[in-house]
Amino acid sequence: MTSSTTGRTTAAGADTGPVTGPSTGPMAGRGGALHVVQLLTPDGRRVDDAEDPEVAAHAATLTADDLRAMYRDMATARRADTEATALQRQGELGLWASLLGQEAAQVGSARATAPQDRLFPTYREHAVAMVRGVDPAQILSLFRGVDRGGWDAEETGVNPYALVIGSQTLHATGYAMGVQRDGAVGTGDPSRDACVLAYFGDGASSQGDVSEAFVFAAAFQAPVVFVCQNNQWAISIPAERQSRVPIAQRASGFGFPGVRVDGNDVIACYAVVRAAAERARAGQGPTLVEAFTYRMGAHTTSDDPGRYRPSVEVEQWRARDPLTRLEAHLRRDHATGDDFFAEVARDGDAMATRLRRDVLEMPDPEPGTMFDHAYAAEHPQVEAERAWYHQYVAGLDGEDGGAGTRGGAA
Amino acid sequence: MSAIGPDGERVVERVSIARALNLGLRAAMERQPKVLVMGEDIGALGGVFRVTEGLAKDFGEDRVIDTPLAEAGIVGTAIGLAMRGYRPVCEIQFDGFVFPAYDQIVTQLAKMTHRSRGALPMPVVIRIPFGGGIGAVEHHSESPEALFAHTTGLRCVSPSNAVDAYWMIQQAIDSPDPVIFFEPKRHYWDKAELDPTAEPYPLHRSRVVRPGTDVTVVAYGPTVPLALRAADAAQEEGRSLEVVDLRTISPLDLAPVEESVRRTGRLVVAHEAPVFLGLGAEVAARVTESCFYSLEAPVLRVGGFSVPYPAARLEGEYLPDADRLLEAVDRVLDT
Repeated sequence: MTSSTTGRTTAAGADTGPVTGPSTGPMAGRGGALHVVQLLTPDGRRVDDAEDPEVAAHAATLTADDLRAMYRDMATARRADTEATALQRQGELGLWASLLGQEAAQVGSARATAPQDRLFPTYREHAVAMVRGVDPAQILSLFRGVDRGGWDAEETGVNPYALVIGSQTLHATGYAMGVQRDGAVGTGDPSRDACVLAYFGDGASSQGDVSEAFVFAAAFQAPVVFVCQNNQWAISIPAERQSRVPIAQRASGFGFPGVRVDGNDVIACYAVVRAAAERARAGQGPTLVEAFTYRMGAHTTSDDPGRYRPSVEVEQWRARDPLTRLEAHLRRDHATGDDFFAEVARDGDAMATRLRRDVLEMPDPEPGTMFDHAYAAEHPQVEAERAWYHQYVAGLDGEDGGAGTRGGAA
Repeated sequence: MSAIGPDGERVVERVSIARALNLGLRAAMERQPKVLVMGEDIGALGGVFRVTEGLAKDFGEDRVIDTPLAEAGIVGTAIGLAMRGYRPVCEIQFDGFVFPAYDQIVTQLAKMTHRSRGALPMPVVIRIPFGGGIGAVEHHSESPEALFAHTTGLRCVSPSNAVDAYWMIQQAIDSPDPVIFFEPKRHYWDKAELDPTAEPYPLHRSRVVRPGTDVTVVAYGPTVPLALRAADAAQEEGRSLEVVDLRTISPLDLAPVEESVRRTGRLVVAHEAPVFLGLGAEVAARVTESCFYSLEAPVLRVGGFSVPYPAARLEGEYLPDADRLLEAVDRVLDT
């Protein structure tokens, strides 16, 4: 184990977590030593990282209020996640993809963005969306089957969730190429220069789209930050089946920097992504950030992780929980006491109550709306079928007084 | 080429389909700064068919983007550019090379407008040189249009001549929806007189390109010149074919076809793609439904066989030719 009080760790070793050896520890990776940026140890001690002064400088700007806000974001997202899981179990959502354990990677990275930046999430980036102002009910509407996600991409800067993993990394890269063509890179104006965050996971890292996104981003020096949350498991397939080298290391083969960060350390995630975002906005091209984290729950509510991964591994990662470590740090170093944490918990419960109410009150969409937006401009085929459908439904209503149906299509 | 000559007179030039596309792209780029052209070898080389010749020099590499050799990357980044407000025109080098991008086209490009409830329209054009008859190696002669027409969210069109090529590429670029633009590569060098001051025909409209009385022949892209040749041959035998150029595959515009069939009572549909589940099947089904009592014979389809596109020395046997089309004409007339 190669830990130190500076927080410098290697991929082959681990920090001060409950790790039994370099080959089995949760920070273990293949392909030799890789620096892992960590600024907050699992027991909540703030440490320095000498590798990248920009990262250290961004971390140093965080005030106690910033850290409390990050804690609140993480706790709120976790509370929404808990409520969503319960709603799925009660039959109110068709499916839920839990973010449990990945709060730091998501909150830290999302908080590193500027209002003009654009974020391209997959289906697990609930904390990212919430940090950017997406109402969690608009996320749950997707999983309830009411719509494809109810938020406004332009207003929040958060694209619709991508369900085909990796596909969105190309969209992010193209969007970043558009940012370049708009002259919104490298002007030095912090309110103008923009970057793009492309979220994906360890499983998606095997998709060809992700490699092509790396090629395009490198070739055009596009202002995109690839944020890979390596949560160790692509449903049942461990990360080492996706990559024989640490995923961050892949970036060097494409010609841009790759950084592995402790994904359960919200300070490090913020600082590393912030540094990468600043480089992108300044016109210095893409960066791959691998946030080394863990999916504490199932892949989705349809999954049973007990079939493929040992509970001892989950317990090891539980000791590295992103919330407890920030709580310890706030209590020890920032005079934050029970009142704050009790208030966050109360606010979270109130949010969850609202969320539950909003979900239960969501009306099913009008059936005819399925024809809306199939195309942006009128398409005669769709309009003909829409007209036929309405005529057909009206005919059914007429058959038995307007209330009944034939064939159980109530 | 300029539309107006030095003395203010109208200039009509004989141009090839490739040249007409080039002029159409140029006109769209001059009119709209958000129009980009992107693809493999489209910059200095001007594309393997020279359709983008000179554009890089005149519009710069920010608007004429020589991409890495990755079709999913081309379409995927075009989707992102469209989200940022651009109107990318992607060139796929050959029909058979579109499939690495098929997922991005079908799963993303076609569905983004619906997914975002209209917030993220996708004004992306994907140009695909398609069809056979050029003696090429494998993957260079295919007709995959039915695969795209079957996908809601995409519009699909195919010009058959230089005049349509000039207007239709501009109309496709103006579309707020993604358009798969099938170019009949065998006919890139066929010329026609282009008047850029004329009123363009609407993009999603079919039309009769040769009037006749005995049999209606529906064609699009490369089978339009074929159908016109067949009509010439038939005329010598005293048979009058009416040829409808479909032009638009999605949406289909069958009004001119139905009007024609109500007069002729007989319909043959011709395309290079395999007959099985091809566009002809859809046309036949719809016309049978709408014109059942006018039909004097079953609707017949002429097209490729249900085999992989064969080696070049056999493509003459595979592709529908005038004889095969006229054989079908004979059958509908003999019924």
